[in-house]
Amino acid sequence: MEYLLSEQQKTIQGLARRIAEERILPVRAELDEKEEFPWAIMKDLAESDLFRVFLPEAYEGLGGGCLDLCLVVEEISRVCSAVAISYAATALGSFALLEYGTEEQKRKYLPDIAAGKKLAAFALTEPTAGSDAGAIKTTAKKVDGGYVLNGTKQFITNGGEAELYTLIILTDPSRGARGASAVLVEKGTPGFLFGKKEKKMGIRASATRELVFQNCLIPEQNLIGREGMGFLMAMKVFDRSRPGIAAQAVGLAQGALDTAVDYARQRIQFGHPIIALPVIQDKLADMAIQVEAARALTYAVARTIDSGAKNFTAESSMSKVFASDTAMKVTTEAVQVMGGAGYMRDYPIEKMMRDAKITQIYEGTNEVLRGTIAAELRKRKTKRE
Amino acid sequence: MNIIVCLKQVPGTTKVSIDPQTNTLVRQGIKNIVNPFDTYALEEGVRIKEKHGGKVTAISMGPPQAEEMLREAISTGADEAILLSDRSFAGADTLATSYTLARAINKIKEDNLVICGRQTIDGDTGQVGPELAEMLGIPFIAYVSRIEEINNGRIRVQRLVEDGHEIIESTLPAVITVVKEINTPRLPSLRGMSKAKSAVITTWTAQEIGADKEMVGLSGSATRVIKIFFPQRVRHGEMLQGSPESQAASLIDKLRQAKLI
Ligand SMILES: Cc1cc2nc3c(=O)[nH]c(=O)nc-3n(C[C@H](O)[C@H](O)[C@H](O)COP(=O)(O)OP(=O)(O)OC[C@H]3O[C@@H](n4cnc5c(N)ncnc54)[C@H](O)[C@@H]3O)c2cc1C
Repeated sequence: MEYLLSEQQKTIQGLARRIAEERILPVRAELDEKEEFPWAIMKDLAESDLFRVFLPEAYEGLGGGCLDLCLVVEEISRVCSAVAISYAATALGSFALLEYGTEEQKRKYLPDIAAGKKLAAFALTEPTAGSDAGAIKTTAKKVDGGYVLNGTKQFITNGGEAELYTLIILTDPSRGARGASAVLVEKGTPGFLFGKKEKKMGIRASATRELVFQNCLIPEQNLIGREGMGFLMAMKVFDRSRPGIAAQAVGLAQGALDTAVDYARQRIQFGHPIIALPVIQDKLADMAIQVEAARALTYAVARTIDSGAKNFTAESSMSKVFASDTAMKVTTEAVQVMGGAGYMRDYPIEKMMRDAKITQIYEGTNEVLRGTIAAELRKRKTKRE
Repeated sequence: MNIIVCLKQVPGTTKVSIDPQTNTLVRQGIKNIVNPFDTYALEEGVRIKEKHGGKVTAISMGPPQAEEMLREAISTGADEAILLSDRSFAGADTLATSYTLARAINKIKEDNLVICGRQTIDGDTGQVGPELAEMLGIPFIAYVSRIEEINNGRIRVQRLVEDGHEIIESTLPAVITVVKEINTPRLPSLRGMSKAKSAVITTWTAQEIGADKEMVGLSGSATRVIKIFFPQRVRHGEMLQGSPESQAASLIDKLRQAKLI
């Protein structure tokens, strides 16, 4: 398929693919088995300038946008989506700063993110606030010269590994979600501790941790934007980041499809490669159709965002829902095509199936996002009337 | 610290076939790559530069297509690249190659350290490094696996020998060849690639390096390839007959006879 990528985008895609094949492929099973954070690969990605692609040139980036980010995530995810999310979470963790930060804040933090010297993370979820993100309880009490944080964030990607955290917390608990704000916290700030590292079904090489704040004092300058805007910012950040999850899902699905096709060509049963069986052909064809459709939607949404569109909540949600459902279906079918071998850890496909599940859950569950899309449909209809 | 790294473009596969008429490798349709051992040389050069400052110049003798490889060298950290290309260079053996490289390196003058890979994967001789040092009249250390120190015009390295390591110190300038244990070469960077795209690759001809026509290419080569061939592989298979027990027994006998067990 011709997606009319620019020269630079093709270069980015080619380089990401090369890193995935040369550096990630040989270690992915081991990283998964050991649940080990892929630091060596993060270093490769950094040295190759891939953390620069989604940041403006003014902050040592390469000036690319959402599509550039998606291309990298997709290529990495094709080989290992745990590595892909560790990379993508840094983008997620820098979006609020990029979008709403002051010039001074951006100059202070973004160049190190661009160079890959620091990873970032974004923390909204809490034990009592998942889909109902407005129910967060972590507070930031205004004191002389700053804020004092108390509370616990849960399930935070890159938790413990990242140096820079964007948190959504309550500066005014009496106002609920309207009292939420976004702040930056650096690793090592006294009173900022890490809780347990989660043991997961999939994306096991990625780090998912609890962040614990016990009278953690941060300077006033760490507030992003204005007080009370936190919840709105979080929603905008997710609108921008969801195509990245869609790209993760597309990469996964493509990787699974490739693996299944290879296997079906060489697996002989009843005297012929199983790819000669109409049932297998049907499955592979359906998988291929869905992967390509998911990719096309994801790129189209990323381009919409890069074109400077204002409201893309529905579109961004569509890409994430469609691509993640595709990844789940395609990886499950890929296991089926491979039969018992697909179920064994000697092959990469069972990992892909385990990895796919999370794409339907984080950055808004698909149930919640379908609700969001429907709400947008209603809103748009009423606006037109 | 000025570092010169010698690179060669080689066929990107070991599955090349030999043209029975000309006795040369069939290179058509085969993607060229940088000789893998040379990537370690380049990486080490770039690391030394990053630590001690200076400049890395990548240099290659080869056809015009080798320019592509030199651009890749720039994308992985070389500052400059020079291609030695001239029809008269064609058909060079290691002697003529090192003569040509030495002429070019003499022209650059400001070199402190010349780094080569231990050998190429096509010619496999491992001779160019030492010959080059000889022609430049400077010390040579082969199979370097670690650079321990570079200081006050001296270099101390660890080198791989058959039964262990040797620590060797030498004055600079010098030529070293490196083994793959020395580092993990980096991948290109996006910034490096964009620099490489617009970089000017200097090309020097035989005349520009003041080379004696009789010493380069085929005419400067002391050796001639008379024939390249795949060794004949003759396999004798034998099917054992009889019951599984007697087959196993006669297999054991045969393995004993062959002194394999
Ligand atoms: C591996 C991993 C990494 C994560 N990384 C991060 C991170 O970096 N930062 C961060 O802030 N969070 C992160 N999360 C949290 C993630 O975003 C939440 O898990 C997700 O939003 C769902 O919340 P929950 O787990 O509390 O599920 P719940 O909200 O309890 O949902 C349970 C079920 O109820 C359904 N449901 C709930 N409400 C509704 C509704 N209104 N309409 C329809 N269905 C509904 C859900 O779809 C789901 O099926 C991560 C989670 C995981 C597992």
